[in-house]
Amino acid sequence: MSDPLMIGLYVFVLAIFVGFELITKVPPTLHTPLMSGANAISGITIVGALASAQLGAAFLANLLGFLAIVTATVNVVGGFLVTDRMLHMFRGKGR
Amino acid sequence: MQTLETLAYLLSAVLFIFGLKRMAKVRTARQGNLLAAVGMLVAIVTTLVATRNIDIAWVVAGLVVGSLIGAFAAVKVPMTGMPEMVALFNGSGGIASALVALAYYFMHQGAFSGGRLTMAEVFTAGSAPTLALSLLVGGVTFTGSVVAYAKLAGKITGAPILLPGRHFLNLALLAGALLLGVLAAFVVTSPTLMAVLLAVLLLAAFLLGVMLVIPIGGADMPVVISLLNSYSGIAASMTGFVLHSAVLIICGALVGAAGLILTNLMCKAMNRSLANVLFGGFGTADSTGQGGKEGYTTVKEASPEEAAMILEDAQSVIIVPGYGLAVAQAQHACKQLGALLEERGAVVRYAIHPVAGRMPGHMNVLLAEADVPYEQLVEMDEINPEFQNTDVAIVLGANDVVNPAAQKDRTSPIWGMPILRVFEARTVYTIKRSLSPGFAGIKNELFEYENNLMVFGDAKAVLLKLIDELQES
Repeated sequence: MSDPLMIGLYVFVLAIFVGFELITKVPPTLHTPLMSGANAISGITIVGALASAQLGAAFLANLLGFLAIVTATVNVVGGFLVTDRMLHMFRGKGR
Repeated sequence: MQTLETLAYLLSAVLFIFGLKRMAKVRTARQGNLLAAVGMLVAIVTTLVATRNIDIAWVVAGLVVGSLIGAFAAVKVPMTGMPEMVALFNGSGGIASALVALAYYFMHQGAFSGGRLTMAEVFTAGSAPTLALSLLVGGVTFTGSVVAYAKLAGKITGAPILLPGRHFLNLALLAGALLLGVLAAFVVTSPTLMAVLLAVLLLAAFLLGVMLVIPIGGADMPVVISLLNSYSGIAASMTGFVLHSAVLIICGALVGAAGLILTNLMCKAMNRSLANVLFGGFGTADSTGQGGKEGYTTVKEASPEEAAMILEDAQSVIIVPGYGLAVAQAQHACKQLGALLEERGAVVRYAIHPVAGRMPGHMNVLLAEADVPYEQLVEMDEINPEFQNTDVAIVLGANDVVNPAAQKDRTSPIWGMPILRVFEARTVYTIKRSLSPGFAGIKNELFEYENNLMVFGDAKAVLLKLIDELQES
């Protein structure tokens, strides 16, 4: 069980179940914001991108890392902002 | 320090879970999004603090450039352009995961200099194949999303592009990519050859992404966007396996599950299997396709003036929006008409079909932008029993989702698809440019119904005329 691959697999499968449980009943009103919010969360790969910008690494690795940071940041910043913008518009009768 | 770092990532994963949970309810959704954003910030700060030897120049440059592009796009995009924006953001997440995996390889390429060890021996047997998989899934997500963007933005035709032998070609590409992955991970020991294999693998993934999305028609885009969203999560998870990062694996899995749920909902709303959507090559061009009065015999037509006269006395009105509303940018005019009818004492509601538009929830976003309270937007199952007690139903740029053939004609290609039962309303006004068929490329029997009247014209122009007439009376 100490094999990181196996632990990772456990975490992966359990997290998928958590995901299904969390989002089974979503009102259609929220389908778009939920999708774009989830999309922003998939930008978590930024963590890996940041870690790959190491001093003294090969130039190619740094360049790829830089591009990864840019694209992941676009995903994160754009995703959360646009979701917030959409959700800001949803209002009930009372407001 | 290591413990602190791990705990911080755990905190960020918990914040994502709470955030997603809150995003599933209207009242807490905005807060949920904020929680998830805080979770992301925690993860980013933790990485910056915990990673030794970080090259701050690259990091700052990347963060600044990415933030500027992302923020600019998010603030500038009009609500009608939301489906293509979501597709692009999704694609950028996918390519980021693939790039991280590739950068990881080149960062450690030095370890192969002896030329005797395979990637699995250097990176462990778990990391090496998942590195190949994150290139595959990330690459497919990237080009698939870009093609989806091009279709949604009208840069290429929305009609399915069907290449001969595409199923075989796709299968060959997938098998080839997997084979390259196995070779790179377990067999090859030369670092140069390994790099070449990974690069070719990424190119094959790019090609596969294009090939998988071009045969899918415009109106099936809600399914494709949800599925690509799921892929971008899976790609992040795979990258998490490479880097042994639990937070990446967890978040990727959450997003993957969320995307699958939406994909499934969209398929159900069309009564089609995922395989049929992905490989069926269903549908024709968008509703702007050719086709005239052929096939229709008893179509009745009304002018906006006549329609306004009936609307004056209507006690209950249901508006049925579709993709045509987005194309005509008629959401504000639509809201204005609704408000005017309400002032005159009518009950006004909007009937939302789950796949109306080009992404899940498209109509809700458009109408929210026009300030329609969300209580007035009613789901299909709830509104369907109401049509029979409704004076007027106004079909605004929707077509296949109101076609009674889905329930009455067993031979129809859309047989069994859940529809909005507008034909049960006392009077139906279908506002449409012409009698051209919708996405399914078939005749809409509704147009020949006794109680249906066609009001020909651009959705926005017709709505503005209706508003004028109602205000004068």
